[in-house]
Amino acid sequence: MKKQNETMKPKKRLFKRRAKRLNRSMAGNTLLFVLMAICGVAMVLPLVMVINNCLKPLDELYQFPPKIFVRNPTLENFTDLFTLMNNSWVPFSRYILNTIIITGGGMVGHVLIASMAAYPLAKHNFPGKKILFQMVVLSMMFSWTVTQTPQYMIISWLHINNTYWALILPACSFGMGLYLMKQFMEQLPDSLMESARLDGASEFHIFWKIVMPNVKPAWLTLAIFQFQQMWGNTGSTFLRDEQLKPLQYSLQQIAAGGAARAGAAAAVTFIIAAVPITFFLICQKNVLETMTSSGMKD
Amino acid sequence: MDNQVQVSEAALAVAKKQASLSYRIKRNKESYIMLAPYFILFFFFTVLPVVMSIFFSFTYYNMLEMPEFIGWKNYIKLFLEDDIFLKSLKNTMILAVITGPVSYMLCLLFAWIINEFKGWLRAFLTLIFYAPSICGNAYVVWTLILSGDRYGYLNGFLMDWGILDEAIIWMKTEKYVLPMLIVVQLWLSLGTGFLSFIAGLQTVDKSLYEAAALDGVKNRWQELWYVTLPAMKPQLMFGAVMQITQSFAIADVSIQLAGNPSVNYSGATVVTHLLDYGTVRFEMGYASAIATVLFLLMVGSNLLVQKVLRRVGE
Repeated sequence: MKKQNETMKPKKRLFKRRAKRLNRSMAGNTLLFVLMAICGVAMVLPLVMVINNCLKPLDELYQFPPKIFVRNPTLENFTDLFTLMNNSWVPFSRYILNTIIITGGGMVGHVLIASMAAYPLAKHNFPGKKILFQMVVLSMMFSWTVTQTPQYMIISWLHINNTYWALILPACSFGMGLYLMKQFMEQLPDSLMESARLDGASEFHIFWKIVMPNVKPAWLTLAIFQFQQMWGNTGSTFLRDEQLKPLQYSLQQIAAGGAARAGAAAAVTFIIAAVPITFFLICQKNVLETMTSSGMKD
Repeated sequence: MDNQVQVSEAALAVAKKQASLSYRIKRNKESYIMLAPYFILFFFFTVLPVVMSIFFSFTYYNMLEMPEFIGWKNYIKLFLEDDIFLKSLKNTMILAVITGPVSYMLCLLFAWIINEFKGWLRAFLTLIFYAPSICGNAYVVWTLILSGDRYGYLNGFLMDWGILDEAIIWMKTEKYVLPMLIVVQLWLSLGTGFLSFIAGLQTVDKSLYEAAALDGVKNRWQELWYVTLPAMKPQLMFGAVMQITQSFAIADVSIQLAGNPSVNYSGATVVTHLLDYGTVRFEMGYASAIATVLFLLMVGSNLLVQKVLRRVGE
């Protein structure tokens, strides 16, 4: 049924079912899109400023009153930044490796174990289910600033201070991911799992082969959140060794160099924003219809 | 007759056994194994720190000496002696009551409109609206706009148009601080909730729309209320919780734009007050008490909001 639907889909189109879309009036479309355009301009401002600033020569960065758009674009800022990177104490590739380990570990780990825990919470019935779930929701409401101190103590007790684990393990236990995944899994029809169970599939198999593919929009969205969170982490609370610190830390050190490095700092701001944006666009593009075919839902 | 009674007694015994806790735990072994990795970490890195923080809230703790138990003193001081806390509580309530619902609606509205598009165009539109949350420099825009001299964009425009005679130092004038914070917070707030709505709209079964059209749903607004919203209730609940945690914890915006402490504490929120005690004065006991009060506030509003959300689509 699903396959058949896919082959029947028309090729590329700007609007979904433009011609015969149900319940859509021209007036309503115009109204909403005008509203979107106005708000969109206001929302996109920081993005425009980041891109323009990194192309500005030093004198334009300090122009007063400040202008948003660049007049004489240059790549000077990036060459400055690369020179500074080559002079760093620890080889720059090391920072990149650290970032890949920390961001990748925190993101993949969280998405995997939070989804795995969300599945029984959404679809199984066992003692303690309600309490466990309520604990997760409530935990998100406690101020993170305050729990940082006890968290530091616990990480010291576990002797994982000054290792990658000190950043990765707490990141795996964030409450939001489990909550998000559980909410999406709840929507799946029970019949989907029931038929696999009759075929003798194990619960883990069902989770991996049936549940996860069907909640793809959810875990792609969670991956975006988690990537952003991990990428922004400088790790300075738990990491002492320069060799372990992530890219974010060293970039911010460069950017903090004062007026002489204003150009490099603008380039840093661009890179810090550009990486999650690239990741975001790739994921968002794939948040496409997964459960749309009526064959999936009975 | 006798036989029948015996059979039902045997069945009763089986049923009793199946209802017993240990049996139900054993039967669901697979579920617990799947829960284990997450919840072990969750216990160590989230539950334990929260429990410890609540314990600290009953102590005097400066992070150097051992915590000293002082009972309810922190809480009594908070509500009876700390005028700034009461002011920050009031500000937080104002900010949360206004920005919470409004930004929730905005998230939903924009997610819903963007859902009409497809592929790269949709990803790009989502990016535009998500930009303030992903760019990291969002405050810079507002410091330029709200700058207190005549070169600030807002002052510049208003003076150009002859509305103002001289520049207003926006973030240092008491009566403007809170309204400005509300505007900036709303602008910033298309974050977690927004993206989860975008994903949630993807999971709404399209055949429901066709069925609804046959049932007499006339326009897109009815479709939204009777079909789309009820179908994505789990996401609505999630979005509401995220919105509550966001709007009650407003602090960064206030610190970046109005400073901490702000003029006459006009921009003080519960979390800026907490940061003041936790990271400047190192009175962790007191800071923990503030966090606990904030926690109870959020839990209360969460109960209220979930009650309202249950009526969506009725």
